[in-house]
Amino acid sequence: MVGWAIAVHGGAGVDPNLPPRRQEEAKQLLTHCLNLGISALSSNASAVDVVELVVRQLESNPLFNSGRGSALTAKGTVEMEASIMDGAKRRCGAVSGLSTVKNPVSLARLVMEKSPHSYLAFSGAEEFARQQGVEVENNEYFITPDNVGMLKLAKEANTIMFDYRIPIAGYEKCIGFESPVKMNGLPISIYAPETVGCVVVDSEGRCAAATSTGGLMNKMSGRIGDSPLIGAGTYACEVCGVSCTGEGEAIIRGTLAREVAAVMEYKGLRLQEAVDFVIKHRLDEGFAGLIAVSNKGEVAYGFNCNGMFRGCATEDGFMEVEIWE
Amino acid sequence: MGWAIALHGGAGDIPYSLTPERRQPREEALRHCLQIGIKALNSKFTPLDVVELVVRELENIPHFNAGRGSVLTNKGTVEMEASIMDGKTMKCGAVSGLTTVVNAVSLARLVMENTPHIYLAFDGAEDFARQQGVETVDSSHFITPENIERLNQAKDANRVQIDYTQPIQNDTKNETEPPFANGDSQIGTVGCVAVDSNGNLASATSTGGLVNKMVGRIGDTPVIGAGTYANEFCAVSATGKGEAIIRGTVARDVAALMEFKGLSLKEAADIVVQERTPKGTVGLVAVSAAGEIAMPYNTTGMFRACATEDGYSEVAIWPDTKIE
Repeated sequence: MVGWAIAVHGGAGVDPNLPPRRQEEAKQLLTHCLNLGISALSSNASAVDVVELVVRQLESNPLFNSGRGSALTAKGTVEMEASIMDGAKRRCGAVSGLSTVKNPVSLARLVMEKSPHSYLAFSGAEEFARQQGVEVENNEYFITPDNVGMLKLAKEANTIMFDYRIPIAGYEKCIGFESPVKMNGLPISIYAPETVGCVVVDSEGRCAAATSTGGLMNKMSGRIGDSPLIGAGTYACEVCGVSCTGEGEAIIRGTLAREVAAVMEYKGLRLQEAVDFVIKHRLDEGFAGLIAVSNKGEVAYGFNCNGMFRGCATEDGFMEVEIWE
Repeated sequence: MGWAIALHGGAGDIPYSLTPERRQPREEALRHCLQIGIKALNSKFTPLDVVELVVRELENIPHFNAGRGSVLTNKGTVEMEASIMDGKTMKCGAVSGLTTVVNAVSLARLVMENTPHIYLAFDGAEDFARQQGVETVDSSHFITPENIERLNQAKDANRVQIDYTQPIQNDTKNETEPPFANGDSQIGTVGCVAVDSNGNLASATSTGGLVNKMVGRIGDTPVIGAGTYANEFCAVSATGKGEAIIRGTVARDVAALMEFKGLSLKEAADIVVQERTPKGTVGLVAVSAAGEIAMPYNTTGMFRACATEDGYSEVAIWPDTKIE
């Protein structure tokens, strides 16, 4: 028997000028989600149940970029994606291109458990959602005024935006700053990513991971990022569970989530060493972060940008919710 | 060290009793595609160009499950997917859900080179195809009578078939079955890996997916690290049961074993195929920066071919029978 551990994230790459009020809101949400997970773990819930539960909570809250509050495509619509992986047997499920499903992570779980496949997308995924009777909403439900404003700015800048939203009123204040932090060539005030994710090891030592996102602001319709790709944004096996966030293309090329597990399995590194190794050596010019747990009850995180919304807790009472380094 | 190339036309339960009429066109096709790759490598094409060229050729051949000849979804439609990766730069591109694009692998390359993204799918990918002016045709072009028959068989048996599965043993059928229903589900995902004499590596894979798959089902082929991977150590293209290849991050694992455990290409590829994936689900072709080739599979057979610059070449289906 191992002590359980849990970590949750709301995106790597944070505007250093983020208003204190927004920082507080983010930390409160992360704390709330951690507590939900802790409560479930204390009742002996399994790792895969807990990651789903926590990510559902993050999806339902418009604060981060997943479910409601997702970043918008170039067409002004929402296309959501998610994946979940149960480390015990490396079962996995993923979805992309969802436009009406309230909780993408739960549909990903249904793909894993109720379909003969691992990954369903676009109209096929939406059809499966209806067959399964999951909760659906009109696409407008997921679209927030903040994001409509951000899309407009992104189009004016004619670039792709990561998924961080700053209230329109705040943007004028931010845009005047020479932001020292850039991602994808633009100031972080327009570019911070906010994919969400959760990793858990339960008291039986089983690991699980789940990740969910709306993707890049102003992305081409049909663009798939790292979040639904097993091995890139999400991975769990017997030794660990990992969820990543940041520049999707860099995470895919680096097969980041799988990498953490691979160096643990093949090089015998411990969890924190593995996380540090991957962040240091596998991200070329890309910016990203990740959270991870091991089957020994450890929790770790790493990021090579200036901040990552995160929270972690272990059974012995340790708990931390942070944004900056 | 010279160049090396390997390609596959799918792994699966290819019966030894495969009739010559079904076997020879595929062997011929493998030989033909190998020659194209050899010629290109001798003309100093980059490995990235070579794998794209060879996979385009395989897509155009209706005997294999990619492009024309793709297997059908449960609605009788085609949804094609592909990916490509350049080991030197680690750049990659992938597409899924294509219905009209003649060469999925080429669209994947355009995603890699002409967009800030890696992966485009379904309507968005089709829109991109039109923007880029790639060759598109009515999707009926890709549908072959054999695949309609395979779909019917699968629906009768109410199951989803991997690349190669034996036809259903049905006692009520009489013995003189039409040829295409007799032992012939033998078509598969296609792929190619290549390395030049400087150790630059590339990989590409393309497929129509699983017979009778749910509309919208994505397999391992477009998932970087699962069906396709290339870095400075090796290039890998996998085939078989997509769900197993995804879970096993097959292509990435071959490279990871080489890098982190110092294994040779052959050792790494064997471990992944024989020990880390369930029997009957996976095959792969791989080349290393040192010019080695590995083509392991844990299924009955795998349509495959390879060659090295020193003149060696091979076309094969099962373990012990080499055709040349």
